[in-house]
Amino acid sequence: MTHSTIELLPSPKDRRIARHAAAAIVLTVAEAAIPLPLPGVKPGLANIVTLIVLARWGWREAVWVALLRVFAGSLLLGQFLAPGFFLSLSGALASLVVLGLAMHLPRHWFGPVSHSILAAFAHIGAQLVVARLWLVPHDGVFYLVPVFALAAVVFGLVNGLVAARLLEELGGGTPGDDKGKEAVRPA
Amino acid sequence: MSFPLAAWRALLRPGDVLIAAAGLAVCVHAAAVLWQGGRPETAVVRAGGKVVAEVALSAPRVVEVAGPLGTTRIEIQPGRARVAADPGPRQYCVRQGWLTQAGAVAICAPNEVSLSLTGRGADYDSLNY
Repeated sequence: MTHSTIELLPSPKDRRIARHAAAAIVLTVAEAAIPLPLPGVKPGLANIVTLIVLARWGWREAVWVALLRVFAGSLLLGQFLAPGFFLSLSGALASLVVLGLAMHLPRHWFGPVSHSILAAFAHIGAQLVVARLWLVPHDGVFYLVPVFALAAVVFGLVNGLVAARLLEELGGGTPGDDKGKEAVRPA
Repeated sequence: MSFPLAAWRALLRPGDVLIAAAGLAVCVHAAAVLWQGGRPETAVVRAGGKVVAEVALSAPRVVEVAGPLGTTRIEIQPGRARVAADPGPRQYCVRQGWLTQAGAVAICAPNEVSLSLTGRGADYDSLNY
C-alpha cells in the first residue's frame, strides 16, 4: 500500500468543531428517545451546544457545529433526506441566520436566553413554511402555531438558561466579558 | 451540585425577559387569531330557497327581502345578524334575536325567508332552537 502524499492536519479549530459537534449529536440522539406529545415539539437540546459555540467561538463555528449536527444526527437516526431531515435543516439554517443577527444585540441587555428564544422562533417559522409549502399544503398546519410558539418560548428559555449557566462555568459568557473574541485556549 | 433559583434568575438579562414576554405575546395573539372557531363571517339570506344576499358581517346594514306575506327586514351588525321584523304570524325568527355563531340559522317559514351565518371555523353544521 502506498502512502498518501497528501497529509491532512486537523487544526485546533477543526478538533474543537468536531468535539462540539459530537456533543450536539449525542444530545440529538438522546433527545430522539424522549416521547413527544406532538410531532415537531421537542426541546432541541443540541441547540445549547450551538449557543455556547456562538458565544465562545463565533458565528462561523456555530454554523459548522449546527449543520454537522443536522447531517450526522439524521444519518444516525435514519432520517437522512427524509421529510424530518429537511425540516431540521430548514429550521437550523433559519435559526443560524437569526443568531447571526441576534449576536450583535447589545451584550449587556441580551444574553444567551434572548438568542435562544429568537432562534427557536426562527426554527419553527422556517419549519412551518417548509411544511406548508411541501409536506402539508393546507392552511391547517397554522392551527398548531400557538402550540409551537409556546414550545419555542419555553424550550428557548430553558435551553438559553442552561447555555448561560454553562458559559458562566466555562468563563466565556458573563456580561461585559469580551466573549468569543479571545485567542484559542485549551478547552 | 446545587444551583438555587436565584442564581438561575441572575442569568437572565433585562432584554431576555423582554424577548420572552414578546414571545408569549406572539403565542397568545396567535391563539386568539387562529383559534376563534365559530366566529361568523358572512350572513346568507335566502328567499323561497334562493340566495338573495350574502353580506359580510363587517359593517351595520339592513337587508329587506320580499316574500309571499310581505317584507322581512334583516339587520346586520359587525359579528352578528338578526331578523328585525317579519310579517309571519308567530314571529319565531324575530324572537330568536341576534345570531352570533357560525352555522346559526333563523327561519321565517311563513314568509319563506331564512337567515344563516357562515364562517370558516364553524363549530356546528347547523343549529336548531
